[in-house]
Amino acid sequence: MTDPSPSPFSAPWEAQVFAMVVSLREAGLFTWSEWAERLGQGIRPAGAPERPADYGAWLATLEGILAERGVADPENVAARTEAFRRAAEATPHGEPIHLENDPLYRP
Amino acid sequence: MNHHHGDHDHVHHGSELSPVEARVRALESLLTEKGYLDPAALDALVELYETKVGPHLGARVVARAWVDPAFRTRLLTEATPAIAELGIGGRGGEHIVVVENTPEMHNLVVCTLCSCYPWPVLGLPPVWYKAPPYRARAVIDPRGVLAEFGVTLPETTRITVWDSTAETRYMVLPLRPAGTDGFSEDALAALVTRDSMIGTGLPKALPVEPAEMPV
Repeated sequence: MTDPSPSPFSAPWEAQVFAMVVSLREAGLFTWSEWAERLGQGIRPAGAPERPADYGAWLATLEGILAERGVADPENVAARTEAFRRAAEATPHGEPIHLENDPLYRP
Repeated sequence: MNHHHGDHDHVHHGSELSPVEARVRALESLLTEKGYLDPAALDALVELYETKVGPHLGARVVARAWVDPAFRTRLLTEATPAIAELGIGGRGGEHIVVVENTPEMHNLVVCTLCSCYPWPVLGLPPVWYKAPPYRARAVIDPRGVLAEFGVTLPETTRITVWDSTAETRYMVLPLRPAGTDGFSEDALAALVTRDSMIGTGLPKALPVEPAEMPV
């Protein structure tokens, strides 16, 4: 194959999710078998059609495992998510978005 | 193009993070604070899979198997160590099994559960590989799936479908195209496509008139 391969990620957040899952697997948080099993469950919601095993499904699977293990509970994740959205709004367009830009940020 | 547009409309506006982008940033920052993640390691992983790991590596394995019968035997007997001889291996490829196409048998790989795939040799899977239609139909109607990929096999060629899992991930050794006697390994590797190693494609065909090939 001499053609350059296209990026396997369609957006930067997909790449970040992939890298987080690989890192956490290597940190021993789960095995690949556990991961595949959880991902497989997540994309088969009861009473709804099967979903793609895409990076959105990876993210949801990862959040589920982290909540269950007490590593990142959903309330903290939701609060931090809101903080990032406020930080983004307060960041001039084109500049990097840092959590410190959140007007409610407390170190 | 329109400088005034930027001056008046954008300068006073903040940035935007989509809901999913914000969730990912949130998880990454929480897990970094807790010491589970190292942002530099994440960047290195992304760069590795965006620029280094991909189907060009599997193509080298296939080309070697086409020119070296002893390697081919080792590859089909125990693929992971054979692939490691070429310096290829790592996560997502702890146990790779290579299945060989013959005129009588064509192999097709799927992960019916989710998206298990032999990363060290093929990189990360394409979108269609992870989608419900392929996951379901590869097993039920492999010949129909192949037709959608533009592959028509002789009626006498049987199709075997292999279901990859987290533990065992399959790769297809496609048939060497006719008319490639004397080709170098590099020239052969250039004929090997990603899909030919999943089984949804065949290696690139040779030009009919080699004399007309640009040199």
